[in-house]
Amino acid sequence: MTTEILKYLFKIITIILVQVLIIQNLYLSNYIVPYPYVLAILILPFETNKLLVLVYGLLIGLSIDLFNNTSGIHASAALLTAFARYYILKYVSPRDGYDKAVKPIVYDMGLKWFIVYAGSLILIHHFYFFYFEAFRFTEFFRVLSRVILSSVVTFGFCYLFQYLLYRQPNNNAK
Amino acid sequence: MKKLFAFILKNNFVVVFILMQIFCYSIMVNREGFQGSKILNSSNAVAANVYQTASNTQEYFSLKQQNQILSFENAQLRNLLKSNYTAIPLKLFTKNDTLYEQQYSYLSAKVVNASVNRRRNYLTINIGKNQGVDRDMAVIASNGIVGIVTDVSEHFASVMSVLHKDVRINCQLKKDGSYGPLIWDGKNYEYCNLTDIPTHAKIKKGDTVITSELSGIFPEGIMVGTIDKFERKQNEPFYTAKVKLSTDLKIVNFVYVIKNKFKTERDSLEINTQKQIDD
Repeated sequence: MTTEILKYLFKIITIILVQVLIIQNLYLSNYIVPYPYVLAILILPFETNKLLVLVYGLLIGLSIDLFNNTSGIHASAALLTAFARYYILKYVSPRDGYDKAVKPIVYDMGLKWFIVYAGSLILIHHFYFFYFEAFRFTEFFRVLSRVILSSVVTFGFCYLFQYLLYRQPNNNAK
Repeated sequence: MKKLFAFILKNNFVVVFILMQIFCYSIMVNREGFQGSKILNSSNAVAANVYQTASNTQEYFSLKQQNQILSFENAQLRNLLKSNYTAIPLKLFTKNDTLYEQQYSYLSAKVVNASVNRRRNYLTINIGKNQGVDRDMAVIASNGIVGIVTDVSEHFASVMSVLHKDVRINCQLKKDGSYGPLIWDGKNYEYCNLTDIPTHAKIKKGDTVITSELSGIFPEGIMVGTIDKFERKQNEPFYTAKVKLSTDLKIVNFVYVIKNKFKTERDSLEINTQKQIDD
C-alpha cells in the first residue's frame, strides 16, 4: 500500500515538473496553452476517498499556482475538476461498478471511456480556468477558442503521458 | 440546529468543496489587494530556485542570440565613449557637475522564468530585496521596455510583463509627445495597443513610441516600439494604434531594473496633493 502511494506521489511530482518546466516553455500559439497537469487528478485510483481527491486537487492546483503567479486560479480550477471527477466517474461507470484492480487509464479502461472521462474533465477545467483568467466578457469568443484549442492539445498530452508513466501490459486481453 | 448538522454530515462532500473554493477565492482577492498574500508568487524560494536551475541549463540554447544582442548594445555604448569625441580646445564648455544629480540608476539581472501566452504574463528575475529591488520599479531590456516589478523576495523578484491584462503604461509618440496608455489585448505577444491618442496628432506608420515621464515608473524616452497601424473607431475622438514592441519578450534573457531615486519624494507629494483635493 505504501509503495503504491509513493508511486502515485512520484507520478504526480513528475507531471507537475513536466508541466512547469517543459510544457509551459513551449510556445505553440496564444490560443493554445495546454495544462496537462490535470492528468495528476485523473489518474488517482477509483477507490480514493472523494474528500481526499478534493484535497489532492487543491494541493496540485496550489503547487501550479506557486510557479505561475496565478494566485489561486489554478487551485480553484483543479479543485473544481476534483469535485466534478466524482460525478463524471459515477456517470461513466460500468453497470457492475469499477473493478478493484483497474486504474482510470487508457490501458485498463479503453480509449472510448478515457475520451469521455478525460475529455469532459479537461473541458471543465479549461473552461473555468481561461474564463477566470481573462475575467472579461468582452473577450468571450477569443477565450472560447482558447478553451477549445487548448483542451484538444491538453488531451493529446495527457494521452501521451500515460505511455511514459505506465508500462504497457503485455497481455492483449482487452 | 440538529437538522443543519445532519444536512452538513450528509452533504459533507459539497460543503468541503465550497469551503475550499472560498479559500481559493480569498487567496485571489488578497493577492489583488495592497498587502497581498506574498506566499503564492514565483519570487518565493521554492519556485524561484527550481526556475533558476532550469534557466541555468536553458541559457546555453540561446547563447548565440544573446551574444548578438549584447554585442549590439556594446557597440552602442562604445559610441558614447569619451575617447570617441574630439576635445574642443576652448574654455567655453565648462560643465558644472553639481547641476546634475543622478535620478535613475540601473541594476542588471537575469530572467529565470518568463511566459508570453497567458493573459497575465510574469517574469521572474534573479535579483531581489538584497540587491535593492523594490515594488514598482521599471524593468527594461537592452532594446525596449519589459515590465514593472510587482513582488520581491530576498533574492528574486516577480515582474509584471507589459503583456498583462491589467498593465497600463503611459507612452508617447517621440515625434510630438502626444501620449496615451499602452495596453495588451492578449492576441499576440509582439503587439500592444496604444490608445487615446488625440486626433490632432500627426501619427504615421513607423513612428517611434517611447515611454513618457507621466507613467511615474519609467524614465522618459525608453524605447517601446513602432506604430504598425492605427485607426479611429467610430464616434471616438481618439486614435488607437497597434504598436510592434521592440523587445522580443519571448527571448528576453538579460534585463535592467531601473531605480528612481526621487520616486518616494514624488509619490508622497502626489499623495499629499490628492489628500488636499479630497478634503
